[in-house]
Amino acid sequence: MTETPLAAPRFDMRGIRKAFGATLALDGVDLFVAEGEICGLIGQNGAGKSTLMSILSGALRPDAGQITIDGRPFVPESPHDARRAGIAMIYQELSLAPHLTVMENIMMGAEPMRFGLVDWPRMRAMAARALAELGHDDIPPDAIVGSLSVAAQQLVEIARAIAVGCRVLVLDEPTSSLGRADVEHLFALLRHLKTQGHAIVYISHFIEEVKSVADRFIVLRDGRNAGGGTTNDATHDDIVALMVGRPVGDLFPRTQRTRGEAILEVTALEPGSATFALHRGEIFGIAGVLGSGRTRLLRTLFGLEPVRSGRVRVGVYTGPARPHERWGQGMGLLSEDRKEEGLASTLDIADNLTMSKLSPFGPAGLLSPSRQRAAASRWISELDIKCAGPAQKAGELSGGNQQKIAIGRLLHHDVDILVLDEPTRGIDVGSKAQIYRVIDALVADVPGRKPRAVLMVSSYLPELLGLCDRIAVMQRGRLGEPIPAASLSEHELMMAATGGAPGA
Amino acid sequence: MTTRSLVERTGTLFGLVLVALIFGALVGSQFFAPTNLELMARQMAIVSIAAVGMTIVIVAGGIDLSVGSMIALTTVVIAQLLRMNVSPLLAALAAIATAALCGLINGVLITQLRVVPFIVTLGTMLVIRGAAKGLAEERRIEAPATWLNDLLRVTRGETLVPSGIWAVIALAALVAAMLRYTRLGRHVFAIGSNERMARLCGVAITRTKIVVYALSAAFVGFAGLLQFSKLSVGDPTVSVGLELDVIAAVIIGGGSLSGGRGTVAGTLIGAAIMTIIQVGCSQKGLANWVQQIVTGCIIVAAVALDRIRSAHGTGAR
Repeated sequence: MTETPLAAPRFDMRGIRKAFGATLALDGVDLFVAEGEICGLIGQNGAGKSTLMSILSGALRPDAGQITIDGRPFVPESPHDARRAGIAMIYQELSLAPHLTVMENIMMGAEPMRFGLVDWPRMRAMAARALAELGHDDIPPDAIVGSLSVAAQQLVEIARAIAVGCRVLVLDEPTSSLGRADVEHLFALLRHLKTQGHAIVYISHFIEEVKSVADRFIVLRDGRNAGGGTTNDATHDDIVALMVGRPVGDLFPRTQRTRGEAILEVTALEPGSATFALHRGEIFGIAGVLGSGRTRLLRTLFGLEPVRSGRVRVGVYTGPARPHERWGQGMGLLSEDRKEEGLASTLDIADNLTMSKLSPFGPAGLLSPSRQRAAASRWISELDIKCAGPAQKAGELSGGNQQKIAIGRLLHHDVDILVLDEPTRGIDVGSKAQIYRVIDALVADVPGRKPRAVLMVSSYLPELLGLCDRIAVMQRGRLGEPIPAASLSEHELMMAATGGAPGA
Repeated sequence: MTTRSLVERTGTLFGLVLVALIFGALVGSQFFAPTNLELMARQMAIVSIAAVGMTIVIVAGGIDLSVGSMIALTTVVIAQLLRMNVSPLLAALAAIATAALCGLINGVLITQLRVVPFIVTLGTMLVIRGAAKGLAEERRIEAPATWLNDLLRVTRGETLVPSGIWAVIALAALVAAMLRYTRLGRHVFAIGSNERMARLCGVAITRTKIVVYALSAAFVGFAGLLQFSKLSVGDPTVSVGLELDVIAAVIIGGGSLSGGRGTVAGTLIGAAIMTIIQVGCSQKGLANWVQQIVTGCIIVAAVALDRIRSAHGTGAR
């Protein structure tokens, strides 16, 4: 795959090397993006994407290699230098001031002044113009940013970059918290910015997204260029093969499953308008766009949000329950929000793995740290968690390994019902494959053990189709009829989730 | 123990050794004489035991500003009870229970009204101080002399360390063990580190928090008992602002105001550093204002150093 630029590169990074101590994070990486081009940057976690972008944005300095912008050498000393050179980074976690208005955020650091005071009318006009330029004059400049949807907040951040004259945009996983429709809007906007001559780097785990929005892609693997090309000429499998460095094989394992008794029965549950039964030996999937109420349904089942009406039966238990009771009834929840809810990053791995069930480690409220660590060590090796040991802080691990800890908690508790909200969000392909194997093994036929039941929500449709036995679609707060996964295609599922008829 | 936490602990310990050596050099070798060390131990006993309690609160992600007021109330309660001819032991226990009740109220208000601990305890700081003054009718309460007055005193020649200090050491060891070797201790860390994760894991957050504030306040009650022992009167105006010394000891010792971090050993070292500065400055004949400036600098430096250390541990990726 040749990498001759179509036009003169807007920025060009050549032979970038960066080591952290003994670890070589980048080993001679090349990346260029031309004016009016969107380049997808793909790679597993730890492949070096973030490091490369930190170097472009001036947050890190390379050990070797050159960067040129419009043919001129560019040596950023700080993020401020990069900003002045017209490079804007838009990260997964938005950097906005939530209590301030849209216009204050857009014009932050570049407020128009008059007689030494902020010129509010001009500020409003400039902000409105920046939003109109993006085709989003529907966002009021006076609105408080914190009250806007995530998608709108993202637009505010992009508007800020445009307003201060940035011409190179780097978007890091911009769609991870967007629903399908918002993703389409974002893509339309990026294509629009492209025609205006912006150079855009698009970082994503979603290969489909990169194929859909980017002209060209570059794959990084272990700190090196693994390959690249035009997105039209590469198949999904080609790109995955470049990412993992080997053919993927079957990503979604499916061992023999036997459907057992109904272990969770939900009747006319509000919120969620949900009626369904979950059986042992079954993976039940819930599809739906972000904001359709999927997460709320799971949280209500788990007692984290109040039941308005309806019935939930877990095993032999009925009636209201809080998380503590649910754990006791053999139900565990994996939160969609690993950072804010799933894990305590300042606690060690052992605490994170075992917090829901500390009772095996000693009698009468006592706890033996060595027994706790021994139990954690078992899960660390069983789940192949890459870490220094059970006493390492959970926050120091990569996303994939953190997610394995969060799932490991459910395994340590030995629950019968695993409620998984976005079990593979934002993690690398290797960890994904491992988590798929773990989920499959839970419901598989194993002599001498009753299979568990899994209820999972995912925004990644191939994952639902590949793992689940039945899938129901959540739309505008209502859960639809479950449909056998084997009779569904990705297209049909997408149609159903976004407003078409289910299974049509 | 991992090498990391060893580094974390020796970091504070290093500070202690440094401060001790500096004042040892300034004051002279008599600074390290057993009697002087014992003097410092007595000086730090009150702040130490209150700070041990505060460590639990801060690890749980909370704060308690009503500590000074609780100590004042405790001394008044003891004095009033002793005047009513209640036995000294009963008076002491009742006073500690009073402090624990104040903590319980703090905990209930924080969890039920869902007001942040800073505000709730800012309010109860004034309420409890007012209650202490009311109970004492705004004057010092003289109390008959009992063995309670001897807790921080060396009564006979054979024992060098007074019983109050032994009690502080024992209670501190108990809390250190509680934080490490009990489920309650792990729950306290979980709540302080990430309350939503603790809730997800089924930790009884309301109950644990109320227990934390009540337990911590019981230790403050014990500090009040030692304060009474030192004063031998009930004084409703004593220990104004002491909570700041107490919080400083925890912070110097590696506690984090955002919760999830802190150790009893660190807190005791923090209290020791502050005491050495106080005693060292006064023995060197330095004015009180010098001592305050030095202590202030140490607090900021300790936290800044800790920042740099933890940035080295996790920052580079």
